[in-house]
Amino acid sequence: MSIDKDTAAKVAKLARIKVEDAALPALAEEFNAVLGFIEQLGEVDVTGVEPMVSVTPMRLKRREDVVTDGNMQDKILKNAPDAREGFFAVPKVVE
Amino acid sequence: MADLNKLTIAEARDKLRAGDVTSVALTEACLNAAETAGALNAFVHHTPEIAMEQAKAADARISKGDAPAMCGIPLGIKDLFCTKGVPSQAGSRILEGFKPEYESTVSQNLWDAGAVMLGKLNMDEFAMGSSNETSVYGNAVNPWRRGNDDAALTPGGSSGGSASAVAADLCLAATGTDTGGSIRQPAAFTGITGIKPTYGRCSRWGVVAFASSLDQAGPMTKSVRDAAIMLEAMCGHDPKDSTSVDLPVPNFEAMLTGDIKGKKIGIPKEYHMDGMPDEIEKLWADGAEMLRDAGAEMVDISLPHTKYALPAYYVIAPAEASSNLARYDGVRYGHRAKLAQGDGITEMYEKTRAEGFGHEVQRRVMVGTYVLSAGFYDAYYNRARKVRTLIKKDFEDVFAQGVDAILTPATPSAAFGLGEMSDADPVAMYLNDVFTVTVNLAGLPGIAVPAGLDKQGLPLGLQLIGRPWEEGDLLNSAYALERAAGFVEKPGRWW
Repeated sequence: MSIDKDTAAKVAKLARIKVEDAALPALAEEFNAVLGFIEQLGEVDVTGVEPMVSVTPMRLKRREDVVTDGNMQDKILKNAPDAREGFFAVPKVVE
Repeated sequence: MADLNKLTIAEARDKLRAGDVTSVALTEACLNAAETAGALNAFVHHTPEIAMEQAKAADARISKGDAPAMCGIPLGIKDLFCTKGVPSQAGSRILEGFKPEYESTVSQNLWDAGAVMLGKLNMDEFAMGSSNETSVYGNAVNPWRRGNDDAALTPGGSSGGSASAVAADLCLAATGTDTGGSIRQPAAFTGITGIKPTYGRCSRWGVVAFASSLDQAGPMTKSVRDAAIMLEAMCGHDPKDSTSVDLPVPNFEAMLTGDIKGKKIGIPKEYHMDGMPDEIEKLWADGAEMLRDAGAEMVDISLPHTKYALPAYYVIAPAEASSNLARYDGVRYGHRAKLAQGDGITEMYEKTRAEGFGHEVQRRVMVGTYVLSAGFYDAYYNRARKVRTLIKKDFEDVFAQGVDAILTPATPSAAFGLGEMSDADPVAMYLNDVFTVTVNLAGLPGIAVPAGLDKQGLPLGLQLIGRPWEEGDLLNSAYALERAAGFVEKPGRWW
């Protein structure tokens, strides 16, 4: 399995990371080095093996389905790069 | 009293309780050591005001006579832990200016026990790296050097700042986190002790997430006893982390008897790697001899899927990272790119993440995106999770045979030079974690203990791996190894 420039561009798009066209061939090459390394997993016989879901067998704790905190709009917006009128502000999403 | 910053936690605790020293004096000594160690680039945010306030409160508590062991002990905190009102950037540009409105559970546990925060410590960006060279703050530097050669060496990573700070006595101990070896590898590179507890021992709440099924916090200290004391203060059940275990926390220090007679300690044959330096092989053999002399029964064991641990890790960790790091979008916190006329929200995401994430983080996020994408999910991600099941079973099988602990080298080499690996392909760097990553995949506790120096005068460490939830027993085996190895060397001060 070899990754080409177009696949690299597609992956960058899916990951929402801007990669300049000129940087794509080098990126594809790096992907191929990493993927070449993980190809080894194909050698392992995994017939009948369950994929691991949780490393420690444990039943997740449950709690009452009630509100446990809130009323901290100021704190939540405090680190926002752009907050206005009590909301996070972003570029126009809907025309 | 001179050189208070050089004390261990245990020594400082005893002096504090005896009234021979105050936390204020200890804290001042550490702050001074940290301020004059800029060349190590270990501390990246200093918090002297918080430290002095906490130290005064600790002294008041100690004078009342019922202070816990960590009370008054000055610590460095890895930048991955969210600390209220103090920059917490995970070594990344994308979290520039971020000051959490909350405190991580682990750091809160330490403050509740009376510990003192000196500041935040350098690390690889989002804990992705083995040399501390991916940090937005620049490289942390190892206080150790090769003989008289003044080439700067890596303290390891990702907890490189923590390792450098502890080894150089800028603090009494530090917090670290370990996803594939990020506590144990830097501990080994700097001649200190570092333990990654069983997955679930320490709450992950408030620790910036890298790969959630692998991440664990742990202490980095000057001795095994200190690791026992500090680990006890860090761990405990936390309802805010659903994977945090609800088990009593033992008094780990009380379990340090040094008696390992009759313990069965395994030597896994698969950990003899091609091209491993003779010095590491010898250190390992010497370590086994020391444990045998202390009364342990050494047995040869096999962990047949060892070879596949790193490839499985480099599917699972990037997959989880690509999901965890999706939150850095320039909306709620941290960096947002300047937008051009006509740019919409997609351009904002793409430019923000291109500017905010460094190269290694971008690569791992994209690898993770690829292995989770439609058509490849089964071939890569599901297969890696099946291999992980097999790796865990390897350990379960040897524990079922009565093995109490496993002895391995901590790293395949001593610390290397900063920049030396810059032209290597990414996989060469990943090999640093070859002995440690299996432990994260299996969720087990593992500890690195300094055991000797190489020909160039650099520290080398051994790793002991324990049964799940049996950190106390593991620490005791490590204590026996520490006593037998008698490692007391310190780096000569040049910084």
